[in-house]
Amino acid sequence: MSFLNSLISGISLGSIYAIIALGYTMVYGIAKMLNFAHGDVIMVGAYICFFAVSRFSLPPLLGVLVAVVVCTILGMTIEKLAYAPLRSAPSLAVLITAIGVSYFLQNAALLLWSPNPKVFPDFFKSVGRDGEAHTGLALGPLRISYVTLVTILVCLAIMAALTFFINNGKLGKAMRACSEDKDAARLMGINVNTTISATFAIGSGLAAIAGVLYMSAYPTLVPTTGSMPGIKAFTAAVFGGIGSIPGAFLGGLLLGVIEIFAKAYISTQLSDAVVFAVLIVVLLVKPSGLLGKVIREKV
Amino acid sequence: MKRMLSTKSGKQFLITFCAVVAAFVVMQAIAMAGAMSSMLKGQLVPICAYVVMALSLNLTVGILGELSLGHAGFMSVGAFLGTTTAVALQGAVPSPTLRLLCALVVGAVFAGVVGFLVGIPVLRLNGDYLAIVTLAFGEIIKSIFNNLYLGLDSHGFHLSLLDNKLHMEPDGKLIIGGPMGIGGIQKIASFPVGFALIVVCLVIIFNLVNSRAGRAIMALRDNRIAAESVGIPITKYKMMAFVTSAAMAGAAGALFALNFSTIVANKFDFNTSILVLVFVVLGGLGNMLGSIVAAAALTILPEALRQFASYRMLVYAIVLILVMLVRNNPAIQSFFSRFRFGKKGGVQE
Repeated sequence: MSFLNSLISGISLGSIYAIIALGYTMVYGIAKMLNFAHGDVIMVGAYICFFAVSRFSLPPLLGVLVAVVVCTILGMTIEKLAYAPLRSAPSLAVLITAIGVSYFLQNAALLLWSPNPKVFPDFFKSVGRDGEAHTGLALGPLRISYVTLVTILVCLAIMAALTFFINNGKLGKAMRACSEDKDAARLMGINVNTTISATFAIGSGLAAIAGVLYMSAYPTLVPTTGSMPGIKAFTAAVFGGIGSIPGAFLGGLLLGVIEIFAKAYISTQLSDAVVFAVLIVVLLVKPSGLLGKVIREKV
Repeated sequence: MKRMLSTKSGKQFLITFCAVVAAFVVMQAIAMAGAMSSMLKGQLVPICAYVVMALSLNLTVGILGELSLGHAGFMSVGAFLGTTTAVALQGAVPSPTLRLLCALVVGAVFAGVVGFLVGIPVLRLNGDYLAIVTLAFGEIIKSIFNNLYLGLDSHGFHLSLLDNKLHMEPDGKLIIGGPMGIGGIQKIASFPVGFALIVVCLVIIFNLVNSRAGRAIMALRDNRIAAESVGIPITKYKMMAFVTSAAMAGAAGALFALNFSTIVANKFDFNTSILVLVFVVLGGLGNMLGSIVAAAALTILPEALRQFASYRMLVYAIVLILVMLVRNNPAIQSFFSRFRFGKKGGVQE
């Protein structure tokens, strides 16, 4: 039973990684850049939701909505100000700019919201008829907290919506076209800049949702909160094959499950090392990730 | 040597070398005159260490053309093993400078060995995948040092992972204490040795770049397929550059660690790797003088911005973004290229 419990919490953590990894992989697929500031957008989203709920006492769902809107605007602003002028610059220059943006967000958060950790409120607590607080379901020895359940469901919903949108929506088609060939897409009358901007908007909005879910599971909020899940989700995106949306989903889930199992059965302190070791082994066997496209080199 | 120095890269090397020596002489003169602020004095050795790190990473990113996001891992190996050497030799070698040199050599050798082991899987990959695997190795090295316990007693070294179960004799001394790192280090790192390390690294890089091997490495960077098709063994030359770079990072780590009284594994995390990458990219890929200037300037900048107090890192971030935007702005680039020497107006490379 502890195996099943671990599996469920692994899938839950993996769902969060998957949502963040979607942001990385979509931006990479279209703009061909590693957006290192993505992890910090998660942090901003979590702070916005925290203040919306605890300061302005909005209902949690509205708080999440405010966080999503703010992060979407933030993502588009970052793209316009910092990344758009560098469209034709070498990829390393864009990478360093993304790092600069990441430093900027962290330090702005440090100034605005102080380095003192904030305890994120528990949205998923219901008080039963007996007056006791319930935080989850108990099916025999199996315990599933509401946070876990909601996280997994939200991730599945996002995944389904995104797949439908990318495959059928007009903007989704434009995104696929841009990631194949920007110049050809431009010739077909697709506005490449708007498409890239929309990709950042979607990725950042998802990051806000991921931030709230992550904070519900691990409720200590500090300005550097975003960096570790950011790195892990980036790893997950590469694990599944960067640029591929199902890959990000699969990579995220696997990474979460491996991390929780490593914590449960190997060692808590070495769990990160185990996760990264698995990543290395996978990349050696399949150098373009689990579901990544193999690009043939032409001579 | 004379023939080598008359080439374009030879002239660049001479300029770099003279600039470094001049900077050293000026710094020593200021220190002699007693006019150096204590802030700058404390920064001298870290600046040397970061300059060597920047040179080392520039070899990987600028000359070899592969992005490494885990260079702090090699620095960590050098720091921990170098410091262990210095602590172990405390009784045997009385001269601190000699002990420091031993620590640097041991740090460099072990980091080189780790670089070789990491290089076997890493160098088979390309591009962003290679970058993420170096990141993964950096994190793994950090995790291991965070859980490593190392003690020394009359029977020799005792090693254990995860728990402090060393079974030492009563005279035993704990050197590496897991997440506590190494404490009570004698600060034996000195500015002249740091300067000497920079010079040694510069000479190594210059000789490598101007050798048959160096030309092969740069051919790999410029066009891997073309290089392979004329019979250059890819793995051998990639490995040569990567191990050299790792060894330099190890020496830098040892120098860095011996300047502080305690050193913990978390100091050498992803952020440190990124910091060094920022030096390299700002200084210009493959441009050693640029790396040195950027490393020195950006190590001092956060300290010099102390008057902005809590705003300093924010200012640092904004400066970083603006520099990248300005450097890559086509209008500004073509404006400056008119003033370059030896080129006809407005022509870009």
